[in-house]
Amino acid sequence: MTAPSTFWQTEPHDHPEGSSTALGFWVYLMSDCLMFAVLFAAYGVLGGNLAAGPGPKDLFDLNLVAVNTAMLLLSSITYGFALLAAYQGRQRATLVWLLVTLGFGLAFLGIELTEFAHLIAEGAGPQRSAFLSAFFALVGTHGLHVAFGSIWLVTLMVQVLQKGLIAANLRRLLCLSMFWHFLDVVWIGVFTFVYLVRMI
Amino acid sequence: MSEIHASGAAHHDHGTHASYATGFALSVVLTALPFGLVMLGGFASPVVTALTVVGFAVVQIVVHMVFFLHMTSRAEEGWSMLAMIFTAVIVVIMLSGSLWVMYHLNTNMMPQMSHDLENMQ
Repeated sequence: MTAPSTFWQTEPHDHPEGSSTALGFWVYLMSDCLMFAVLFAAYGVLGGNLAAGPGPKDLFDLNLVAVNTAMLLLSSITYGFALLAAYQGRQRATLVWLLVTLGFGLAFLGIELTEFAHLIAEGAGPQRSAFLSAFFALVGTHGLHVAFGSIWLVTLMVQVLQKGLIAANLRRLLCLSMFWHFLDVVWIGVFTFVYLVRMI
Repeated sequence: MSEIHASGAAHHDHGTHASYATGFALSVVLTALPFGLVMLGGFASPVVTALTVVGFAVVQIVVHMVFFLHMTSRAEEGWSMLAMIFTAVIVVIMLSGSLWVMYHLNTNMMPQMSHDLENMQ
């Protein structure tokens, strides 16, 4: 009796631990991207429905948005420097750059929350009109991502402090870097379609 | 087969300080120009201004993908790029479809349409 011929690999072979993490995390980010696309579509469809309430030109302050954009952009490059330092095995430099990144991230959140509080105090909360519901849903979801990214950043700093720049921590730092840069890409869409285009 | 798996984890492109700085400088320019354009009043035609601003955004997204996310056709043996292209296709269909359908729904089914119908009878 001859063994049936197989065209697939039958010998066991190893996948190094974590070799598929980066791709898996990228696929998660793509699914997150689809979620943001739905929120952008909702804003695009409902953005003009003001219900006789205030519109973008009455509410938005482009100077504030520009400062916020600068915060996120600066945090992107400082995170890049943190990752480069981590790959060179410089733990102290990694932690310092992560701390700087956290500072910019928290500054971004602070400015955004100030803007939200200002809008709600003016009576332009999410319940005012479909435009404002879509605005708070989209920009709020992005802000929530930055908030959770900041929490993740703190936990990674603690892990790097305790365990050093081991392979697992490098992998985690790489995942957070993709998450952080991805949020900056989403913000490009936000400041373009939510703010700039509606202020023309 | 085994050497593909072994090398799979190793050939990530992490960039350099110079590549991050290049990406950052490009991003600053690509952000400052649309902000400046809108803040200074823009072109005479609002449509041209809007298209220009969106154009800057598209270029900046590519810059971020290349310089910060290190997206190449070789990353993860092409699977990252494939996942991204698939996502981009879905996003374009979803966005354009939503805006197209809802625009026509808005213009063809506004409340005053029923008044017009009553007047006609």
